[in-house]
Amino acid sequence: MSESAPKGTLATGMEGFVHDWSSDQQVFKGVPWGKAMMWIFLLSDTFIFACFLVGYMKVRIAATDPWPDASSVFALNFMGVEVPLLLIAIMTFVLISSSGTMALAVKYGYERNRKKTFALLMATALLGLTFVGMQVFEWAKLIEDGVRPWGNPFGAAQFGASFFLITGFHGTHVTIGVIFLLIIAFKVKRGSLETQRPGFLTGRKGRYEMVETVGLYWHFVDLVWVFIFAFFYLW
Amino acid sequence: MAHTGHDATSYAPPAELPEMELAHPKTFIGKYIWSQDAKVIAIQYAITATAIGFVALVLSILIRLQLGFPGTFSFMTPETYLQHVSMHGMIMVIYLLTALFLGGFGNYLIPLMCGARDMVFPYLNMLSYWVYLLAVLVLAASFFVPGGPTGAGWTLYPPQAISPGTPGIDGGIILMLASLALFIIGFTMGGLNYIVTVLQARTRGMTLMRLPLTIWGIFMATVLAMLAFPALLVAALMMLMDLLVGTSFFMPTMMALGEQTGYQDGSPLLFQHLFWFFGHPEVYIVALPAFGIVSDILATHARRNIFGYRMMVWALVAIGGLSFVVWAHHMYVSGMNPYFGFLFATTTLIIAVPTAIKVYNWVLTLWRGNIQLTLPMLFSIAFIFTFINGGLSGLFLGNVTVDVPLADTYFVVGHFHMVMAVAPIMVVFAAIYHWFPKITGRMLHSGMGHVHFWVTFIGTYAIYYPMHYLGFAGVPRRYYAYGETGFIPESVVTLNSAITIAAVVVSLVQILFIYNLVWSTFRGREAGPNPWKATTLEWQTEHTPPRHGNFGKELPVVYRWPYDYSVPGAKDDFIPQNVPPEQVEMLPEGAVGAGR
Repeated sequence: MSESAPKGTLATGMEGFVHDWSSDQQVFKGVPWGKAMMWIFLLSDTFIFACFLVGYMKVRIAATDPWPDASSVFALNFMGVEVPLLLIAIMTFVLISSSGTMALAVKYGYERNRKKTFALLMATALLGLTFVGMQVFEWAKLIEDGVRPWGNPFGAAQFGASFFLITGFHGTHVTIGVIFLLIIAFKVKRGSLETQRPGFLTGRKGRYEMVETVGLYWHFVDLVWVFIFAFFYLW
Repeated sequence: MAHTGHDATSYAPPAELPEMELAHPKTFIGKYIWSQDAKVIAIQYAITATAIGFVALVLSILIRLQLGFPGTFSFMTPETYLQHVSMHGMIMVIYLLTALFLGGFGNYLIPLMCGARDMVFPYLNMLSYWVYLLAVLVLAASFFVPGGPTGAGWTLYPPQAISPGTPGIDGGIILMLASLALFIIGFTMGGLNYIVTVLQARTRGMTLMRLPLTIWGIFMATVLAMLAFPALLVAALMMLMDLLVGTSFFMPTMMALGEQTGYQDGSPLLFQHLFWFFGHPEVYIVALPAFGIVSDILATHARRNIFGYRMMVWALVAIGGLSFVVWAHHMYVSGMNPYFGFLFATTTLIIAVPTAIKVYNWVLTLWRGNIQLTLPMLFSIAFIFTFINGGLSGLFLGNVTVDVPLADTYFVVGHFHMVMAVAPIMVVFAAIYHWFPKITGRMLHSGMGHVHFWVTFIGTYAIYYPMHYLGFAGVPRRYYAYGETGFIPESVVTLNSAITIAAVVVSLVQILFIYNLVWSTFRGREAGPNPWKATTLEWQTEHTPPRHGNFGKELPVVYRWPYDYSVPGAKDDFIPQNVPPEQVEMLPEGAVGAGR
């Protein structure tokens, strides 16, 4: 689809914006359907996470018991020293790094460098899995410390409720992202995106835009994590 | 060259998009069951929505029988009454109207009216229907679980919805919330298709400002749905957590049935905010497609261009935007800060401005038009009546001081049934009578249609008008029976009986309508490709009904807006969108224009 967009005829700035919106056929010139769809889905998903975070703020304000102190609840005993937010700092670093490998995968994808694209997609998936694994460890440790969705020894019951619900929802997003990364990586390795081999279920032809589309999703999941990190661990 | 229409040009830009890949199945199952053709998916949506809608219609009759003749029907207990009220509301709003307008009309009309071969992601579109069907089945299953469906009212307010003593606490409420989550997932799959198809897959010459208003309405409604359903999803997930895991998002510290519950410190008001952040846009998710469709039907059947097309588009956009900042007007009596109520009353009254613009434009479209009193036209005029009535009572409820005494009375029931139940349903009927000839190739029977129209229209007023008086008398809604209540006079009981009789008659005539649909599908008069002499692309297809891929070998090219009716100087009183100016047949110089 993008191949057929007229090259070099696109105006820029405000003039281009007005031209595109008042033109026929496509509003976003040369943007493949899958990519447009992903952007719109992400907008909708943003509203889901926004509602979660607003709900979290509301129950935190409404709670009468004191809110647990994040830096001590999330502290990790490292060689005999309580280090606040150690695990979560590593998790955040891992996830942000995966955005870097993802961006490189998109670049090499468009350069048709199959080997590097595959390797970088696998690296991204691996970093994503590491994140989910560390999240499982974090959950296990909190549960060991007595934190439950319905209550905890540190303060307001809503702490556990909103923590498990929202990080769980985000972790599910990461897991789904890893699955899609693996599928796309496999397609890259097999060469389905060069031969435009139709998908097993959808019957749609494979294209390198798929790498970018799954990349959009991945960057979004990272960005959401930054907000969750700020609201749960730093507030 | 003579003036041949509003914005007609001979030039259409070259094609930017290659031909769409379509999967052409060979088997019957591939063509009609697991179909990826948006038109088949549309019909699947419409049949499913109508079927579950009929369940809700039966529930409403049971509710009315209890209200009209209290104590007569032993099978109506207070619990079943509340369950019927809850299920009736939820089914009608979400599983019937939302699914029918967006899944049904959206799927059928968007590719055809935009000049596309299909939706952009046919496979996802197919999944959308099957997830919707699953949601409907899960919802229907709640009638058969122990304890029955939930009786918490369609708004599902906690703490009542998940407290012991409320009907459906054992399983009905879980299935309701699960079904809503499924519906949202299924809708998202469809909604992405509708938006991307409108934005990215139009035919040559089809600019956004040449889109029929039907598409504008469905498009804006889909945008609203994509942004509003997230709030409902979050509310449903949190409530499921409260119910199943024992968290306290929405549940305050409280006693229930004499025992202390395990909940503490939750915020019931948070649920109301989340619910109405979805719930108010939901009103417009149902109303905006109706606005769009009625605009096209009025123009076509009055043989006149829509008055103020651009204003109509911007009014749709403005209503869509404003609908996100009015939600708390549903919560004036919830204990919310009164200053907050003042803010929301103001935004609520502002939304009346674009809405009034639309109503004036509909009336001005009819003004001096060559009005054909066809069935679609009759139902569209009925829509204008019921919508104005419901809109005006909305002004009462939108003001805090007037709303407080009227809240939770039958005035509210009368208002929202008038504005968001009957008015959109009138448009659903108008649209079915209008597009049935394209979908099946045959006309609906006009005699049966007229009986259907007059009984439905007059019956509507017989049912909902008296409810406003009941509301002024202070009769509260959602009550199983009123018993010996001092302020409720005997006349209220009489009026309730009368409303019930009207409701039964109106329901019965809907069976005639279904019979008409079935009968006309096989026996109706042959319609031909364009029985209404309409200009939009779906009437210009090579085949009627259109086949998979919609158009023939070549996609149509659009040269003009969709409202070139009764163009002065032109021979015919309509010029289809795909006719270039030089091919328009003109009357000889000096002759009087057609259509007047």
